[in-house]
Amino acid sequence: MSSINLHYDVPGDDFTRAGEASSEVKRKLKQLGYNSDAIRRVAIAMYEAEINMVIHANGGVAQVQIYPDRVDIQMKDQGPGIPDVEKAMQEGYSTAPDNVRSLGFGAGMGLPNIKKYTDEMRIETEIGKGTDMYLSVHVKE
Amino acid sequence: MIVRDIIKILEADIITAADLDVEVKTACGSDMMSDVLAYVKDQSVLLTGLLNPQVVRTAEMMDMRCIVFVRGKVPDQSVIDLAKDMDITLLKTHFRLFTACGKLYSSGLRGGCENE
Repeated sequence: MSSINLHYDVPGDDFTRAGEASSEVKRKLKQLGYNSDAIRRVAIAMYEAEINMVIHANGGVAQVQIYPDRVDIQMKDQGPGIPDVEKAMQEGYSTAPDNVRSLGFGAGMGLPNIKKYTDEMRIETEIGKGTDMYLSVHVKE
Repeated sequence: MIVRDIIKILEADIITAADLDVEVKTACGSDMMSDVLAYVKDQSVLLTGLLNPQVVRTAEMMDMRCIVFVRGKVPDQSVIDLAKDMDITLLKTHFRLFTACGKLYSSGLRGGCENE
């Protein structure tokens, strides 16, 4: 099945720019005529993942593949890795520093939100090496 | 309720205007953007004391059409420009978050969750 492939670098040093890639993907899906529920789920999940990359991993890369019936997102960073994925998936659990909380994030809702809005979510992480996150949102009519 | 009603109820000033006649069905008051991303429903207005660009990004991802900054706060120009690009109306009210939410609630606006 043919797909549209998009690639974004997520800069790690500028919190104000976090979300630009998700915003562009959202715009692209709108242009392509995807339904608003699917677009919003992709946008929120990718946005949370992008914020995570900036907060925890000094940025990374995002690879998005748009198919007629689903959108696949791969978020790859070379950050510190996630020591305990199960814990990180719990609502309210956060290792974000206080300065991030004053910016409106770090409530421990990032990964739970990603899970909530996607149909598939897989995390591959290695301490000191980085984290790969694979997300898929299925498009239902 | 439309955005114009919110302006009246909250004695708000317009920072930047998009569609002021767009219908607002629910509201959310929070300084935690992840909570907003977790719970908010369609066509909502966001009330917040937070002023950074991620407030506008969060509203964009949630298809919100209006943000109200409480306690008379105004964000800097880059945030205003971002809102303009996204067609999101920015308002400021002198009321605090609790009072501003209470005024909208007593005017009939709800939180959008089933138990609210």
